[in-house]
Amino acid sequence: MALAKITQISGRAVHVPGNDIDTDRIIPARYLKCITFDGLAEGLFADVRHSPDGQLQPHPLNDPRFAGATILLSGANFGCGSSREHAPQAIEKSGFKAVVAENFAEIFFGNSTTIGLVCVNASREDIAKVSAAVEAQPGLEVTIDLVGREIRFGGDKVPCTIRDSARDALINGRWDAIGELLDGLPAVKATAARLPYLAA
Amino acid sequence: MAKSLFQKVWAAHTVRQLANGQTQLLIGTHLIHEVTSPQAFGMLRDLGLKVAMPQRTFATVDHIVPTDQFAEPFADPLADAMIKELRKNCAEFGITFFDRSTGKQGIVHIVGPEQGITQPGTTIACGDSHTSTHGAFGAIAFGIGTSQVRDVLATQTMALSPLKVRRINVTGKLRPGVYAKDVILHIIRTLGVNGGTGFAYEYGGEVFDRFTMEERMTVCNMSIEGGARVGYVNPDETTFAYLKGRPYAPKAGAWDEAVARWRATASDAGCAYDDVVTIDAAEIAPTVTWGINPGQGISIAEKIPDPAAARTTDEKANIEEALAYMKLHPGAPIKGTKIDVAFLGSCTNGRLSDFQEVARFLKGKRVAPGVKAIAVPGSQGVGLLCAELGIDRVFRDAGFEWREAGCSMCLAMNPDKLIGDQLCASSSNRNFKGRQGSPTGRTLLMSPLMVAAAAVTGAVADAREVFGVEAN
Repeated sequence: MALAKITQISGRAVHVPGNDIDTDRIIPARYLKCITFDGLAEGLFADVRHSPDGQLQPHPLNDPRFAGATILLSGANFGCGSSREHAPQAIEKSGFKAVVAENFAEIFFGNSTTIGLVCVNASREDIAKVSAAVEAQPGLEVTIDLVGREIRFGGDKVPCTIRDSARDALINGRWDAIGELLDGLPAVKATAARLPYLAA
Repeated sequence: MAKSLFQKVWAAHTVRQLANGQTQLLIGTHLIHEVTSPQAFGMLRDLGLKVAMPQRTFATVDHIVPTDQFAEPFADPLADAMIKELRKNCAEFGITFFDRSTGKQGIVHIVGPEQGITQPGTTIACGDSHTSTHGAFGAIAFGIGTSQVRDVLATQTMALSPLKVRRINVTGKLRPGVYAKDVILHIIRTLGVNGGTGFAYEYGGEVFDRFTMEERMTVCNMSIEGGARVGYVNPDETTFAYLKGRPYAPKAGAWDEAVARWRATASDAGCAYDDVVTIDAAEIAPTVTWGINPGQGISIAEKIPDPAAARTTDEKANIEEALAYMKLHPGAPIKGTKIDVAFLGSCTNGRLSDFQEVARFLKGKRVAPGVKAIAVPGSQGVGLLCAELGIDRVFRDAGFEWREAGCSMCLAMNPDKLIGDQLCASSSNRNFKGRQGSPTGRTLLMSPLMVAAAAVTGAVADAREVFGVEAN
């Protein structure tokens, strides 16, 4: 299964500030009533982007200056809560290719990597720098370079980090593990045969 | 060399190393439900793949089922489509489905243990973050996303990076009226909502040694709320006694072999942990959350935090955001805060012992006027036992609505939802903004008995005072 090698992401960025942005906020539960992921973009941050009567509220994702952004900048512990892949899917289906945060909840990070949505860590100060530059110039091109582990914007750059296994998977086109896991099926049988509760 | 349970189970289930350094880990038991599996089956069909071990895959329906309607079709066409899709997928791929007609349906994390499917020394995966619950049995249980559900369906494995292990000892004895829920809320408050990132939590100490399996499940359930991917308790006599005789537990001669194996799976004395935390049980009080994440909790005697007293600018901002959403006042006591709804149920506290313990005190009391109180057994099995023991009657007589099994108002993917900015005393696991179905709904997490105390007084109350819980 040939997958794209994701070595860098370039595009416009938008800052959605806040810490502990949980999966219920990223996509409220009522949007999970579906049997495909196709329509999930509609639910992205739905409850903070709309008032209870459905009117658009002031929110970075409703701001026309940031329309078409492909990089989402946020705070600490992004994606905490549910294991629902609907959350990264909603982000990805809304056109985003990457999320930059101080750190990520474990399951969210894994789910994102598996669908090729890049999650990189940067310090709060550095995220603030990128956000300030984007705020001043919303059309600014931002590049996340996974090979060089840096974020470039305008003439400036800041470092970013990503877990080695995820970085390796992304830049070598192995981010969706299914092909490799299938290759291991003979070994799976051998392992299962050694486990009494499975051999029975 | 002395090893932890996590290390032993991980090693036994390792298939091989993958090119990116992750481990291909064998998953012994795969639990599925209607919310996170349909897309995975879709991917399987797209790839022309089969389910690798259908006999190790078990399904039930929990999130979307209405708790006040048994007959199909469900009033909500989306929910109806989801249960039908799961039924179709299970039939097509040969998977056991604990459907509503079987009498075994319920919240996936309650059904697994109840059926004896959840066993020590195994690996378990489920497309739900509260899969950590099964760690109560000494299983390593992972909450996963849908692509990983596909991986497990297709290969019975998934790609994972190993975790560090933090041993959390809770020593001494809990005071009367202090429950497992208070223990885990206290742990999360102490270690933080992302304190567990990269860790498996191993819970131990005298409190866990004495805990029933149901109490251990409550704590393990909320490991994820502290950022830990998995949580577990080493298997012991309590574990074996719980499992014995359950439908999927080993039988006859296989039982003794299994117990010997399970015993050997427990962490060795003197094994090394990446971190050790010790908490004195006497410090733990009935705890209530006041904010928008499970780490924002205080004891019933404390006052709602004041941002002015915050130690850092971060903490100040977090408190301000939480108070603005919760419409609570800094410095006010949490006790006495008026509630609109009381919810008893969920995979955290929807087990037999939760209803039993509350019923013991609820007898003869009445839900306060204006409070909507619902009690939702976590499984049909729990519902049946409650009926046999007359527990449902105690709840009904007190003015609770007694419902059919399901996730109900924990995340409100069914008709049970908060309306507007209603404030709910809830035995569930999350108090995130909008969690209970209304974008402005508010959740206070607490133990079942505290939920009952709030229901009968109409306000957050100290259950020990309301019900005369005495020192024993």
